[in-house]
Amino acid sequence: MEILNKRIIEEKLFKVLMILSLCIVLGSLFIIFGLVIFNGASSMSLEMITQTPKSGDVLGGGILNGILGSLFLAFPATGIAFLIGIMIALYLQKDFTPSWFSNFVRFTLDILWGVPSIVYGIFCLMIMIYLGVGSSLLAGIVALTLLEIPIITRSMDESIKMVPVGLKEGAYSLGSTKFETAVKVLRRQAFPGILAGVLLGLGRGIGDAASILFTSGFSNRIPSSIFDSTAALPTMIFNLYSLPSGQPKAYAAAFILLVIVLVISVSSRLLTRRFKKHVIK
Amino acid sequence: MNARKLRDFIGTKLMLIVTLFTSALFFAIFLLLLFRSALVLQTEPITDILFSSTWHPDNGQFGLAPIIIGTMLTTGIALIIAIPISLLSAIYIVEYAPRRVRKTIRPFIDVLAGVPSVVYGLCAFLFLVPLVKDFIAPWFGVQTTGLCIFTASITLAIMVFPIIISLCIESFDAIPTALKEASLSVGATKWETVKKVVLRASAPGVIAAILLGFGRAFGETIAVNMVVGGIPIVPKSLFQPGETLASLIASKYGELMAIPLQESALMLVALILFVVVFLFNILGVLVLRRAKKRWKY
Amino acid sequence: MKETQIETKNLNVYYHKHNALQNVDIKIPAKKLTAIIGPSGCGKTTLLKSFNRLIEILDEVKISGEILVDGKNILVHKESEIPDIRKKMGLLSQKPYPLPMSIYENVAYGLRIHHKKKGKELDDIVERCLSEVGLWREVKDRLHDPATRLSVGQQQRLCLARAIAVQPEVLLCDEPTSALDPVSAQQIEKLLLKLKTQFTVILVTHTLRQAKRVADYVIFMYFGKVVEQGPADEVFNNPKTPEMKAYLGGEIS
Repeated sequence: MEILNKRIIEEKLFKVLMILSLCIVLGSLFIIFGLVIFNGASSMSLEMITQTPKSGDVLGGGILNGILGSLFLAFPATGIAFLIGIMIALYLQKDFTPSWFSNFVRFTLDILWGVPSIVYGIFCLMIMIYLGVGSSLLAGIVALTLLEIPIITRSMDESIKMVPVGLKEGAYSLGSTKFETAVKVLRRQAFPGILAGVLLGLGRGIGDAASILFTSGFSNRIPSSIFDSTAALPTMIFNLYSLPSGQPKAYAAAFILLVIVLVISVSSRLLTRRFKKHVIK
Repeated sequence: MNARKLRDFIGTKLMLIVTLFTSALFFAIFLLLLFRSALVLQTEPITDILFSSTWHPDNGQFGLAPIIIGTMLTTGIALIIAIPISLLSAIYIVEYAPRRVRKTIRPFIDVLAGVPSVVYGLCAFLFLVPLVKDFIAPWFGVQTTGLCIFTASITLAIMVFPIIISLCIESFDAIPTALKEASLSVGATKWETVKKVVLRASAPGVIAAILLGFGRAFGETIAVNMVVGGIPIVPKSLFQPGETLASLIASKYGELMAIPLQESALMLVALILFVVVFLFNILGVLVLRRAKKRWKY
Repeated sequence: MKETQIETKNLNVYYHKHNALQNVDIKIPAKKLTAIIGPSGCGKTTLLKSFNRLIEILDEVKISGEILVDGKNILVHKESEIPDIRKKMGLLSQKPYPLPMSIYENVAYGLRIHHKKKGKELDDIVERCLSEVGLWREVKDRLHDPATRLSVGQQQRLCLARAIAVQPEVLLCDEPTSALDPVSAQQIEKLLLKLKTQFTVILVTHTLRQAKRVADYVIFMYFGKVVEQGPADEVFNNPKTPEMKAYLGGEIS
């Protein structure tokens, strides 16, 4: 019995450590949210979100330029990344390609996923310099697209992989070609997973600062063409965080970012659950 | 020709082209960075760059040693903190938490994973930095502004938590219950089962989780930049400011872009980042493949 | 009937409010092979796994009643004493689940946990157990290979060796041959027959023929209730209840 006691004590000890660890993790989350919500809410005002900084004064006015800039950057980038990604993800299905090829492609995508976002920024910057263009909305979109492609593609790829083989075979036997099957059957079946992947990419695109730091530049105005520089919420926070007078704006921007992250997280869950009902297992 | 067949053909070929281009992106980035680093590599031998401690770009000296050390310190400490905490949390969530607790906690972890780096940096700057400056460092008898390796490491650790936790949860979930029953029925406690059976059987997944966490910590630019102090010297204590590879690029970019040699040095730093991430990915794949071969369930 | 090893009184098990075992009263004789038979889903495995309190690891399981092992009710024990209770019962599952370690370590697993033996003593016990199940000659040169490299039949015998290594009193077997090829299945059956002289064997099986081959004592379950129990000859040749007769006649399975 004595030995059993020692073992039970060890288990109890580790249980305490486990709960402690979990508290640390959840605690950090609450601190982050607490800080941002508390401070962000107090700097939020109608003026803040509907106005741009008055010309010449970065610290006055509002952050509308950042909000719109972020939207103008992230949505097109996610859209393009999705189109490219879905083509790749479908192509990687076993029917189209030998497995050495799809393994190779998946491997490259995994590496690209792990590449720090600043490298994408630098890469695009190099191309911009080579072409002789300055920072712009367009460049930022390109950088974000490159960043998002591996994320969206691999997520979609993983969900499409899980589609039961029987469904595909059923489609073939009804006379669909490989291409048609790929597009129709797989797309619907893997829809929740695809949606989740897109949302994941969107979230990353809106929140990333490093890739757009040099490529989209900064501006106090709302971009009027894709060749203008533009502000974005992350870069705004990065530029303003260390100045006490800039902090209200930084908090407000962070607040909005967190709200966006929450919305994406929640809707991702809700949508996947809703569409999972249509999915056959 | 049959319209459907034609559409089929074009569709397939289009997908192939897109796929090839995307894979080519990997090589494109590598080659471009290599090309642009060539200048500085011609001026100074690579060993000097990596191991010298003098970083005076204006003098043409590009010793990266302090920055590499800063990177190793922040990444290393972050992982030392994050791995045990994440593992223990994941074990608790999967094996010990009552079902309702489990269900409510998991979304929180996902949300933590989605928080952008700038927000982490902002909170670290406004909460951790004063905390370190006013409480933690004095407790060790050290003076600091709070912008230091220590703060950056803690921040990175927190950023890495959700990555390791969610991957570990996935791996633990994949272990068949009957395997755990086999251990329990010999009279093992739940903890012994976790230690000797669950962790071993899910080792590939846990390793993958750690490697992914490493990748995140190693490449993190923005959050680190906001709290590490940005001074490229070898820190003599954890409470001194330092600099990391990724953060350096963000810090020095504006200054150095004008001069080709200096810009080339930064390109080299980016290349190093890229190569290290690549090597660790390969390591991850190899380790996973070997581990999976040994324990097939 | 010889002394009773396990006895249940009014045992009820609820999964999420579903009454999986209803008012089960049984007696299991010591050092005999008792077969628990019945159609799929009628609670055989639940009953088996309640003997070593393994069903409790699932969520929302409620148990009421008594389970007496050697006269003592095991349901009253605190959670911290359960590992010792479980040590008395070995478990053999449907599919073999070798632990993620070497062949040697699999057998030594229980012994190491209970800090029982080390070094040469451990080697001897491992050899003895592997010989008991007829594996020794096949694996003696590769004791430190991962157990997952064995064939399915060998893995199941390994699981048996692992179970008997800690010297339990009872062997709980949950359809242990259903995932095996006929040759391996036969090996396992023969082993169980041999081992029943040392341990009380309780075998859940869904093949009537297997039960007829090996059982000394039979418990017939139907939808959570124990409908008939008794010595094998009696139950098979003189069934008393209509359900048992129907099952024997192959009408329900």
